[in-house]
Amino acid sequence: MSELNSLEQEILANIAKADSEAALEDVRVAALGKKGKISEMMKTLGKMTPEERKEMGPALNGLKGRVGDALGARKDVLKEEALKARLLSETLDVTLPTRAGSMFEGRVHPIAQVTQELTAIFADMGFAVAEGPDIETDFYNFTALNFPPDHPARLEHDTFFLPEKEDGSQMVLRTHTSPVQIRTMTSQEPPIRVICPGRTYRCDSDQTHTPMFHQVEGLVIEEGAHMGHLKWVLEEFCKAFFEVDNIKMRFRASHFPFTEPSMEVDIGCQRVGNELRIGEGDDWLEILGCGMVHPNVLRNCDLDPDKYTGFAWGMGIDRLAMLKYGMPDLRAFFNGDKRWLDHYGFAPLDIPGLVGGLSS
Amino acid sequence: MKFTLSWLKDYLETDASLEEILEKLTIIGLEVEEVIDQAQILKDFTVAYVEEAEQHPDADRLRVCKVNTGKEVLQIVCGAPNARAGIKVVLAQNGSIIPTNGMKLKPTKIRGVESNGMMCSEREMGLSEEHDGIMELPQDAPIGEPFAPILGLDDPVIDIAITPNRGDALGVYGVARDLAGAGLGTLKEKTPTEIKGSFDSPVGVELKFADGDNAPCPIFTGIYVKGVKNGPSPDWMQRRLRAIGLRPINALVDITNYLSYDRGRPLHVYDADKLSGNIHVRLGQQGESLTALDDKDYNVPTDVCVIADDSGAIGFGGIMGGATTGSQEETRNVFIECAWFDPIRIAKSGRSLGIQSDARYRFERTVDPAFVIPGQYAAAQMVLDLCGGEASHIVIAGEAPVKDRIIDFPMSEVKRLAGLETSDIEIKTVLKRLGFWVSGTGDDVKIAVPTFRPDIHGKADIVEEVVRVIGVDQVKPVALPRLNDVTKPPLTDRQKRIGNARRALAARGMVEAVTWSFTEAKYAKLFGGGKPELTLINPISSDLSDMRPSLLPGLMQAAQRNADRGFNDLALFEVGQIFLGDKPEEQFTHATGLRRGAAKMAGTGRHWREASGTVDVFDVRADALAVLESMGLDSSKLQIVSGGPDWYHPGRSGKIQLGPKNVISTFGELHPKILDQLKVDGPICAFEITIENVPAAKKKATKSKPALILSDLQPVRRDFAFVVDQSVTAATILRAANGADKKLIAGVNLFDLYEGEHMEEGKKSVAFEVTLQPKDKTLTDEEIEAISSKIVAAVTKSTGGELRG
Repeated sequence: MSELNSLEQEILANIAKADSEAALEDVRVAALGKKGKISEMMKTLGKMTPEERKEMGPALNGLKGRVGDALGARKDVLKEEALKARLLSETLDVTLPTRAGSMFEGRVHPIAQVTQELTAIFADMGFAVAEGPDIETDFYNFTALNFPPDHPARLEHDTFFLPEKEDGSQMVLRTHTSPVQIRTMTSQEPPIRVICPGRTYRCDSDQTHTPMFHQVEGLVIEEGAHMGHLKWVLEEFCKAFFEVDNIKMRFRASHFPFTEPSMEVDIGCQRVGNELRIGEGDDWLEILGCGMVHPNVLRNCDLDPDKYTGFAWGMGIDRLAMLKYGMPDLRAFFNGDKRWLDHYGFAPLDIPGLVGGLSS
Repeated sequence: MKFTLSWLKDYLETDASLEEILEKLTIIGLEVEEVIDQAQILKDFTVAYVEEAEQHPDADRLRVCKVNTGKEVLQIVCGAPNARAGIKVVLAQNGSIIPTNGMKLKPTKIRGVESNGMMCSEREMGLSEEHDGIMELPQDAPIGEPFAPILGLDDPVIDIAITPNRGDALGVYGVARDLAGAGLGTLKEKTPTEIKGSFDSPVGVELKFADGDNAPCPIFTGIYVKGVKNGPSPDWMQRRLRAIGLRPINALVDITNYLSYDRGRPLHVYDADKLSGNIHVRLGQQGESLTALDDKDYNVPTDVCVIADDSGAIGFGGIMGGATTGSQEETRNVFIECAWFDPIRIAKSGRSLGIQSDARYRFERTVDPAFVIPGQYAAAQMVLDLCGGEASHIVIAGEAPVKDRIIDFPMSEVKRLAGLETSDIEIKTVLKRLGFWVSGTGDDVKIAVPTFRPDIHGKADIVEEVVRVIGVDQVKPVALPRLNDVTKPPLTDRQKRIGNARRALAARGMVEAVTWSFTEAKYAKLFGGGKPELTLINPISSDLSDMRPSLLPGLMQAAQRNADRGFNDLALFEVGQIFLGDKPEEQFTHATGLRRGAAKMAGTGRHWREASGTVDVFDVRADALAVLESMGLDSSKLQIVSGGPDWYHPGRSGKIQLGPKNVISTFGELHPKILDQLKVDGPICAFEITIENVPAAKKKATKSKPALILSDLQPVRRDFAFVVDQSVTAATILRAANGADKKLIAGVNLFDLYEGEHMEEGKKSVAFEVTLQPKDKTLTDEEIEAISSKIVAAVTKSTGGELRG
C-alpha cells in the first residue's frame, strides 16, 4: 500500500509541477494513459486473488479518481493562466486616435443651409419653390416688372450685360429673382404661393457688395390677399427663422417699380460687442423689401388686378445667414477658404426642419 | 437729398422735435440716412478771449498767449500768424477731441513753454479747408459759451434717401409738404409772385426741333435782368449751402444751387453779354463740341438736347451749362433759364455723357411741369433781391406739359389692397393734405393728381399714398389661410436630388464651397466654354468675364488658395449652375467635386492605421457614384467607360453613363497641362455630374416595395484568377463572368489585381469571386463544375486571357 501512497505522492507532485497544458497531458498519459502507471496497475487486478482484489480494487480506483480530479483542477488553473497570459499579450493602446469619420468632416455651405431653413418655414405656410435661369431677357428682368425703359430705377440695379444680338436684344444677368415671379405667374393659375431662391448679380464690388449674391423672393397671388397677410407672413417668418418668440418689426414706405404700395422692413436688434441680437434692443436693421404686386405687373402676366391681388418680398440669403450666424464679411462666402467653411459650414446631419428645429 | 432743420422750417410750421421729424421722414418713405448736428459735435469748443500774446522765447513763429476761458486764464502756445491780443477765438481745452483728426488734447510743453489747450482753425473744426490762421469770432461773442451757435452751426443737417419715383421730394418745399401731409405740422404755402418786368428781353428764346416735336424740351422760359451786381451771396445762404456740402461761388451761381434744393427747381443763369444772338433749344449736331462747366470738353451726341445761340451749343439742357457763358463776379447782365426737359432723354443723355449733376438728378426724376414759370419768377426775384438790377418781361417758348390726371377710385380699394381699416373721411383728408383733389361721395370718388406727382397713375398708387401717410403700422397682421390641412412637400424631384447630392457629398467628408458664376475667358475656353454670347460686356474684372462652363476652374483656384495657406489636403465640392449658352435650356446644374493630397473619404491627412496615400481616380469615382445613388439611380445599371473630356488625364479618366448618348458624369485626374494653365499644383482628382441628365424617377402606382424572395439554400462561392493583357478592362472581365450564367450567378466580386514583377511584361493577374445562388435545389459538384467551365470559357473568349493554374 505504501507503494500506492508514494505513487500518488509522485503523481500529485508532477501535476503540481506541470506548467503547461502540454506538460500536464504528459503527466496524465504517464499516470492514466494506456501504458500509464495506474493503468498498468489496474491491469494486474485481473490476476489477483479475490481477497487481494477486494483490497487493491477500491484503493486503485480511489487513486485513479483522486489523480483525475487533481488533473482536472490543475487543467482549469493552467487554462486560466494561459488565457490571462494571452489577454495580457493582446493588450492594445486604446488611446490611439481614431478618425472622426467623413460624416463629421464634411460641411454644407451656409447659403445652402439657410436656403433649406427658409424653405422649411415657407413650405409650412404652403409655399412651393420656383426657379428660373440666371441669364434673363430684358423683358423678364425689367419690362414685365414695370421698370420703364431708361428709368433711373434700372440704373440702380447695376446690371451685367451680355453682348447685343443681331436683333438688337440683349440678355442680362438677373439682378433679382423677380423674373422667376413673372415666369411663375405666366405659367400657372392662382392661387400662387412660391418662394424663388437663387443667385443674382449686380455689377458692384466693395466691402459689403459682391458681384454675385443670393436672394429669396416670395410671391402670393390670390383673391383677397392684402398687406395684412403680407405682414403676417413676414412676421411669422422672421420669428421662425431667427428662432425667437418675439420680434419687433418696422415697415417703412418705400418704392420699387414692381410693387405698389412698397415697403422696406426693419427688425429690432441690439448690438452687444461684435454680436448682433435679434428680437431685443432699440436699434433697427433693414432686412427686406416688399409690397403689393403692382397692377401693371399683374396685367403683364394676363392677370386681372381687379380680381386678383398679391404681394411679394425679397431678401438676401447671404445677409440672412450673416445676421443669424454672425459671419462678418460677405466676401468670405465665395472664397472657398476651408477654415471658414469648416467653421461656418454645417455638418451633413444638421438637416433643418420644423420638427427637429432649424438649427441645433 | 440734404437740407437743414431751419431750412425745413421755412416751409413747415411744426412743434415736432428733431427726433419726431426724423422718425416720420423714415416711416413715410423719405428714409433718413444721416443726421449731422454740428452743435453736438462741436459742443466742447467754446469762445475765449486772448488777453496777451507774447513772442515765444525760443521760436520766431510761436506766440505765448494768455487766454481767458471765462473761468480761468490759460497759457497756450500758438503758431498761427493771426494769434494776437484782443481777439475772440475758438478754444479747445485739455481733454477735448479735435473732430477732424481725433487728436485728444493734453497739457504739453512746446519748446520748453507750457501750453494748455489749443486755438482752432476752420479746418480743425471741419468747417472748411481754411488753415492759414485760427478762427476769429465776432467781438460780441460771449466768452465761455459754445461757439457753434454763434456761427449758426446749431442747425442739424438731415440727409434723406429719395427713391426714384419721388422727384417732388428733391426740394425742401416738397419734403415739408410730405411731412405736413403726414400730420407733422402745416405747410407754409409760398407761391412766387409774378414779375411784370419793365422792358422786353433783348434775348429771345425758341424751340428748334426738327419736325416740330418739342418732346425733349416742351417749354423754355427766360427773364433778362440788367445791371446786377454779383458778389458773395449772403451769409445765411452760404451757411445753408455749405451745410449740405455745396461750395458757395458767387451770388448768381449760389441762387441757382439754392433753388435747386429749395424748390427742386434746377435753373441756369447766363452772362447775357457773352451770348451771341437769341437762345434756342435743339438736338445736338454732328461734329459739335462743347466745354461744360466742369471744364471738360465733350463731343455733343446728336440725341442730346442742347441749348444754343448763334455761336453754337452753349449747354447741355437740363444737365450742365457751358463754360463760355456762365456768370462770373464781373457779370452785369444776366439771362435766367427755367425750362422743362424730358426725363427719359435726360437719363439717357446724362449716361452717355457721363455727367452727374444736381440738375440731371432732378430732371431725370421729373421736375414739376407746372412750376416752370413760377420757378422762373422765384429765381428772378431772388436775383433782384440779392444782386439788384432790373427785370425784363418773361419770354416763353413752348408750353408746359401739364396734363390732367383723374383717377376713378373706389374707397374700398384701401381695404382690399392694404387690409387697412380706416374711414373715408380720413382717406380724403390725407389725400388733400398731400395736394390731391378728391371729388364725389360714397365709395366711388374721383381723384385729381397734383402736377408734382408724376409717379401716381392708378388706384394702387393712391392706396400707397394713404397707407404711407397713415402708417403701415396701422395695418393689422392677418394669418394667410392654409391651402392644405397637412402641408404637401413643396420640392420638385429635381430640387430634392440637388439637396441629396449636397448632403451625400458632405457625408463623404467633402466641404461645400460657393464660387463665382463667372470665370476668366481663357479658363472658360479650356473647359469647353468661351462662346461670345456668354462673355459679359461689363465684367467687374477681367478674371470674372465669362459665364462658367464648368465648376472646376473656380474650385481648382479655391483649392490652390487653400494650398497657399498650407492646406494641401482638401476635398471641396460645389453644387451650382453652369452655362453652355444663353438660353434657359442651356443652363445646367452640376455637382462637382475635387480631392487633393490625402483628402480621402476615410479621413484627411496621414493616419497611423492606414498606409499613407494620396487620393486617386477611384476616390472620386466613388464620390460620383454615391451622388448618383443618392439621387435614386441604381449604380449597377450604370456603365463606366474609359476616357473623359480634354481637361482630364487621358489614361486616368472615365465617364459614367446610361448608354453613350447620356453621359451623366465624368471623372478623372486633372490633366497636367490644365493644372499648369490655371497655375494650380496637382495632382487633383475630380468628378462632374450633370444633374439634369439623371433620368426622372418613374412614378409608381404604389409605394409598396416588390416582394422579397429569400432562398434557404446556401450560396456557393468559387474563386478564379486570370492572366490577361494589361489593356483588358476590369469591366470586360466582370461583364463576361456575370454573363456566363444569368440564372445562377448572383454576383462577381473582383478581389485581387496584380501587375508586379512576377508577371510577364504587359500582363496582369485578375482574381475574382463568383457567387452562385441555387434557386430550388442544392447544386451538385458536377453542376458547379459545369458553370465554372462556362465562366472560364466566357472570360477566356472575351479577354484572350488564360486561367491561372
